[in-house]
Amino acid sequence: MSNWIDACGTEEIEQEDVIRFDHGGRTYAVYRSPDDEYFCTDGLCTHEQVHLAEGLVMDYVIECPKHNGQFDYRTGEAKRAPVCVNLATYPVKVEGGRVLVQVG
Amino acid sequence: MTKRDYSLLGEDARRAVQTGLAAAEWYHTDIPRKEMKALMAREDGPAIRDTLILFSAMIAFAAGGIVLWPTWWSAPFWLAYGVLYGSAMDSRWHECGHGTAFRTGWMNNLVYQIASFCMIRNPVAWRWSHARHHTDTIIVGRDPEIVAMRPPALFRICLNFIGILDAWNGWARMFLNASGRLDPEEATFIPKSEHPKVVRIARIWVLIYAATMGLAIWTGSILPLMLIGLPRLYGAWHHVLTGVLQHAGLADNVIDHRLNSRTVYMNPVSRFIYWNMNYHVEHHMFPMVPYHRLPALHERIKDDLPRPNRSIWEAYAEVLPILKRQLAYEDYFLKRDLPPTAKPYKEDFHAAALGAAG
Ligand code: FES
Repeated sequence: MSNWIDACGTEEIEQEDVIRFDHGGRTYAVYRSPDDEYFCTDGLCTHEQVHLAEGLVMDYVIECPKHNGQFDYRTGEAKRAPVCVNLATYPVKVEGGRVLVQVG
Repeated sequence: MTKRDYSLLGEDARRAVQTGLAAAEWYHTDIPRKEMKALMAREDGPAIRDTLILFSAMIAFAAGGIVLWPTWWSAPFWLAYGVLYGSAMDSRWHECGHGTAFRTGWMNNLVYQIASFCMIRNPVAWRWSHARHHTDTIIVGRDPEIVAMRPPALFRICLNFIGILDAWNGWARMFLNASGRLDPEEATFIPKSEHPKVVRIARIWVLIYAATMGLAIWTGSILPLMLIGLPRLYGAWHHVLTGVLQHAGLADNVIDHRLNSRTVYMNPVSRFIYWNMNYHVEHHMFPMVPYHRLPALHERIKDDLPRPNRSIWEAYAEVLPILKRQLAYEDYFLKRDLPPTAKPYKEDFHAAALGAAG
């Protein structure tokens, strides 16, 4: 099982927003939900490999900036075409004001 | 002079993939995340207001047309109804297809389905086609939505002012899809998992048209067709008038929307019908921004863009001579100057494509 990696401080992400996090040659997206929960998914859209961190978080959905495809970032489920393939998600925990993700 | 092959299965398509022109990283004006979030933010209010106005106006004009039918006094009512059906629905199809018009998903989907039917564009197939148009805007062999190819087929474009070819192709495609098949080109951009949906929608539409035709035959009047179907022809002119200006006469095979898209200031009526798609460079650069925030986005980034055309007529004065020249010399196009405040075009990357700039 891989280790927990320190992705960012809890306050580095605004409520209902997302940031990009790169680690071990891969890119991830870390989300803060409207009710202050944190989530982590792969950083690239499964449609055309665009960075989701430039997209828009609405409630529990991330909308891709390229063609407005949508995923539920809690489960990775593809919610709206043109995305059809689900997004990988990763465990997240918050400790001491830091967001830790289990990736890699 | 290069001969362009617009087929999605042809030589230019293969070359675009090989050279990295397909699915490339495009130029964006830098906007801080906080500002961008405010520009992208969704709300239902503006689109609910505009949709209520649109559908109320359609009902009122249709009622006027029916009451005054079959006298010539009904003609202005049909012209107005037709423009809302055959042109305003184009922009509703477009904006709701992006999912940006309303914040609420089902509202986007409902208007998208209605608008797709009016425009005779299979809502599943065209969602994918439009995604490709955004990935590979005016990349020859990759973009399935190029209106003014080179050399420009002016006769075809003129015919589409009364919707002839688009509607014909739409109905032909509807029957093909309803028979359970897809066109080989559309199969290149629609994933297999979506094919059954394409077929199902086409079959529902065939039923609606059959019912309308049946009613027309039963009543011995074309009135039902004046309401459903024919307005796609007699009301198409406005969406073609505005749509041609989006990219015509500008560069192809580049990855900077400032080189291949055009922003045109328009009168408020055209902007209502067109749902602000006259801010076309802005829309392509940031497709997440809803139509009602495009004027604000334009204000924010205009110093990084070529000067917009001041009116539809000024834009046509620019475009028509270019199209005429492209009839004889298809490599010709307009490369517009950027203001001194703008980041320059990436000349190195675009050197090959811009070599023939006018
Ligand atoms: S790249 Fe994300 S929806 Fe197309």
